[in-house]
Amino acid sequence: MEPRSRPRIILGLVAFFGLITLFTVGLFMLPWRSEVASDEGGGIDAVITYLLVATGALVVLGHYVLIRFLWNGNGEKGYTRPTPKVEWMWGIIPVVIMMILSEAGVLVVGAPTWKKLYVDRAENPVQIEVVGKQFQWYVRYPGKDGVYGDYDFEEIDGADNPLGLLDDSDAAVDDIVTSKLRLPLGRPVQIRMRTHDVIHSFFVPDFRVKQDLIPGFPTEIRFTPTKLGEYELACSELCGLAHYRMKAPVLVMEPEAFDKWLAAQRGYFE
Amino acid sequence: MSLTAQTSFTPERWQGGLSPYNQTWQKLMMWMFIVGDALLFGGFLAAYGFTRHGAGDAWPVVLGEGGLFSTGLLTTMTFVLITSSAFMACAVSAAKANNRAETVKWTFLTLAGGVVFLGMQVYEWSHFIGQGARPWFTPGGADPGFAAYFFLITGFHGTHVLIGLIVLLVTALNAKRRPELNPNGVEVAGLYWHFVDLVWVFIFGCFYLL
Amino acid sequence: MHEPMHEAPHAAPTTFIGKYIFSFDHKVIGIQYLLTAILMAVVGGLLSLMIRLQLQHPEMQLLGPPEAYLAWVTMHGTIMVFFVVSLAISGFANFLIPLQLGARDMAYPMLNMLSYWTIVPSVLLMLASFFVPGGAAAAGWTMYPPLSAVPEAVPGSGLGTTFWLLGMALFIASFTMGGLNFLTTIVNCRTKGMTMWRMPIAVWGFFIATVLGLLAFPPLTAAALMLLFDRHGGTSFFVTEMVVNDQVLLPGAEGTPLLFQHLFWFLGHPEVYVLVLPCVLMTMEIIPVFTRRPMFGYRPSVWALFVIGFLSMIVWGHHMFVTGMNPYIGEYFSIATVIITAPFAILGVNLLASLWRAKIKPAVPMLFALAVISAVGFGGFGGLFLGTVVSDIYFHETYFVVGHFHLMIGTVTLLSLFGALYFWYPKMFGRRMSEKLGRIHFWFTAVPMITIFILMHMQGLGGMLRRTYDPGAYDYNAGANMMLRFPITAMAFILFLAQFVFFWNFFRSLKNGEEVGENPWDATTLEWTTPSPAGHGNWPGALPVVEHDPYEYDGDDFTPQGRVVETASEEGGNA
Ligand code: HEA
Ligand code: HEA
Ligand code: CUA
Ligand SMILES: [Cu+2]
Repeated sequence: MEPRSRPRIILGLVAFFGLITLFTVGLFMLPWRSEVASDEGGGIDAVITYLLVATGALVVLGHYVLIRFLWNGNGEKGYTRPTPKVEWMWGIIPVVIMMILSEAGVLVVGAPTWKKLYVDRAENPVQIEVVGKQFQWYVRYPGKDGVYGDYDFEEIDGADNPLGLLDDSDAAVDDIVTSKLRLPLGRPVQIRMRTHDVIHSFFVPDFRVKQDLIPGFPTEIRFTPTKLGEYELACSELCGLAHYRMKAPVLVMEPEAFDKWLAAQRGYFE
Repeated sequence: MSLTAQTSFTPERWQGGLSPYNQTWQKLMMWMFIVGDALLFGGFLAAYGFTRHGAGDAWPVVLGEGGLFSTGLLTTMTFVLITSSAFMACAVSAAKANNRAETVKWTFLTLAGGVVFLGMQVYEWSHFIGQGARPWFTPGGADPGFAAYFFLITGFHGTHVLIGLIVLLVTALNAKRRPELNPNGVEVAGLYWHFVDLVWVFIFGCFYLL
Repeated sequence: MHEPMHEAPHAAPTTFIGKYIFSFDHKVIGIQYLLTAILMAVVGGLLSLMIRLQLQHPEMQLLGPPEAYLAWVTMHGTIMVFFVVSLAISGFANFLIPLQLGARDMAYPMLNMLSYWTIVPSVLLMLASFFVPGGAAAAGWTMYPPLSAVPEAVPGSGLGTTFWLLGMALFIASFTMGGLNFLTTIVNCRTKGMTMWRMPIAVWGFFIATVLGLLAFPPLTAAALMLLFDRHGGTSFFVTEMVVNDQVLLPGAEGTPLLFQHLFWFLGHPEVYVLVLPCVLMTMEIIPVFTRRPMFGYRPSVWALFVIGFLSMIVWGHHMFVTGMNPYIGEYFSIATVIITAPFAILGVNLLASLWRAKIKPAVPMLFALAVISAVGFGGFGGLFLGTVVSDIYFHETYFVVGHFHLMIGTVTLLSLFGALYFWYPKMFGRRMSEKLGRIHFWFTAVPMITIFILMHMQGLGGMLRRTYDPGAYDYNAGANMMLRFPITAMAFILFLAQFVFFWNFFRSLKNGEEVGENPWDATTLEWTTPSPAGHGNWPGALPVVEHDPYEYDGDDFTPQGRVVETASEEGGNA
């Protein structure tokens, strides 16, 4: 430790900590996410914004203190040993701050959105089923009767009957099966999900929603699209070799156009 | 140095040695091992509970009328194992009293209990398999999970009993042959054996009674 | 029998094999662990470079098909977590616990030796799995079934996964043997005057981490065994009937895949604290030596550790927020998870406050320690985004998670370990590593490492998904992917190359480093009261006796924690 090199290295550290903080804060402010396209997604974005501000402030504060202590770290200011009382006080202060900041994010900012997504039940949501298999998505609408037809894995035939629907099931006759997820603008949708093989996950970044598909355990998600447009449905759980391109188009349509499209579709066994 | 004045103590506060628990490291280590191993069984049993909960009515009848297993056999097995635990306690206290002959005698009796238990378990398994049970099939077409968990958990417990028997054999032979009796070793072996018995009680409760 | 070990519990070895191969000596075993960790770091680091190359130029398929990529990612994660960081921590725990507590050796030296030699076949199994048909395991280091259970679903789930599971079983067996030794030694083998509240704080780190590990590993063992049976025994604990290529597999199976995730994360979450706590606390241990001030908040920190340890056992569900769990349970896991930030912040504030009005000596170990403080901040606050259940819906399985855990599990731990290695190297080998090379290594390690993983958070904000062979398959993340992949990849290469400075420094200093005496850093704790390197039995004469708290620094003055009574006169310091 040659005394001459000391200020330089402290200078270097101060510069590094300062720059990395500014750099991070700056980068976080760039628009990485596309404009949100669902009602609940707005709530998710609000939580993200809250956390960016809250933790951003703490990171800046922490690094400010770090830099300051480093800068002054030449032992010239008088040092008195902190008493246990002071030590405990500085144990309690961060606890209080972190409890308030973090639980506010979960309970105050976050909870209403969580409730909307998984607890509340909208009246008459649009019923849709999304089925995942290696490495493809199927979308099924229950048809005029509003009931999904029965299926059997034994009947699955990739070309002719990818969902294995039973032709002797009355409910199945008018089911509509496609590979593009069409949604009506402004109407709550309820999507039921199941998989034929391994775990997949339903992720539409523009809606901000994500939901796993679990074998033997149908799952569900509810949200309301709020922006017209074409989006991408991505599989976000590792499911095998072509996981990275297991995608499907999503289209949010005017409600009237959606109804018209739905009415024009032929049923599965029609 | 004013700095140290407020915090320095005299060394008398701590004299080294075995505090705070006043146990030998062998015993401490066995205790810790037991806690870990208990959690392993805990993991299995929790998984069993998870599946059992999800299966609902598809679960087979286990004991009693139309059940898969004989109540008499199970009661006997449990009784034998608990008795062997009592024998082990006798062995430990004999070892503490430095009574070599008694130690050897009780250890061998414990060993015998364990062997009988394991024999009955083998009988139970072969009976169950004879009924058609496989890891993927429960007789009577009930949830296959039952047979899978049965083989997994009782098999794992049986392996523990087997290891326990080896440990007991070594303990007994040591007690007999070594120039000096090692009461600590007998006690540590005893801890393990009691643990294996205790686990059985839990398994019994989960599989046969719930 | 009711005496602490005033005698070395085993005779000094005489043969080369007894001394350096199947050694019972905790110091040799510690160094064996560290060398194995360094070796595996090269493998794990090379795998990460291959990952980066693929992500840089996915269209060129430079290094092979998707099955290879998934195997690299899986094995990179596994090797780095279990065979680099875990082993390095075991190395330091082995080396430091007896020396810092004033013991002759571990409680049960032979078990210690077995613990190391169980790791060796485990490492070999993991490495061999690259060469079996189907390649290494490819279902991610989290090994979620059914993907990991059915070879038809992904090629790596053939023999590769069997090797992986057996390797993990051996790893756990080894960890258990080592951990039992650490705990018993800490509880039973402290020297006179070394009360629990006077233990160097690094030992507290090893203690809590080992307790957590011993509690958390058994359920993983259970999960691994059950997965093995699902794969080879015909059971269906975790698998369900499925259709692959129009073929029905496992007819009638009705297992519960989520059960595996519960068992895995019941281990997996405590495991990350098993890795981070000893590392952060080794950093805490180093800081007072170079600030020349007593540590700030020793007791609050230890209590915070206990709280973190307890909470870590009840928050595992935060990895499963979007699996369709009951929303009330999800909310519970979220509330509990973010509480952990409170005790963690105590550690952070104490790290910072230890620098208050200090007389900082910027030696290489201290440089790494300072970078650790910054990395804990960035990584920890990233954890808050994930612990808050609503934002995790968006961030789950994106590069935000990858960035978060690399800052914690990769950056914080590795920077701490480097600092610790520079710091205790003189005690291990009797020589110092070069400060100059050390500083070069520091800058080219700390700067890229922190920056890379902060950039990955941005990719995550853009929604870019992890474990993808080609993120370009999607349009929505084009910005995040295209803009940031080059800086990340370039810095990853710089980072990896910088490690050769470290290797050179490490191996060259074994012979050419400046020779040092007992106490080169003017430090207080007991390991500095014995010659460097310490001989068999750790202290040549009687064991030291502890008279003070561990961090009595006052500028260039300091009070050693204890001294060897017979030879007290010429010991370092001014006591
Ligand atoms: C060492 C490892 C480590 C550590 C310490 C942590 C710490 C934390 N982690 Fe992390 N985590 C991982 C390793 C780690 N994690 C890994 C490996 C994964 C992914 C596994 C996978 O899926 O592959 C993961 C994933 C993960 C998830 C799941 C994400 C998902 O898949 O959707 C969540 C969710 O809650 C989470 C939360 C947290 C929280 C709240 C903390 C908290 O403990 C953090 C608390 C800390 C602070 C709040 C900082 C306090 C302040 C200071 C220290 C002072 C600051 C100083 C300055 C600013 C100078 N982590
Ligand atoms: C300790 C853990 C650790 C460490 C250090 C690293 C280090 C690195 N990791 Fe990794 N990583 C993981 C754990 C770790 N990683 C895990 C768990 C996953 C998830 C896997 C999964 O999804 O299943 C992952 C996944 C992962 C991905 C995502 C892949 C994907 O999802 O598709 C990427 C992508 O860039 C990546 C990159 C890197 C890079 C560039 C480094 C660089 O920092 C590496 C540079 C090399 C070194 C820095 C080595 C130096 C160390 C020494 C020389 C040893 C020193 C020894 C002593 C001090 C004793 N890692
Ligand atoms: Cu389907 Cu990933
Ligand atoms: Cu976690």
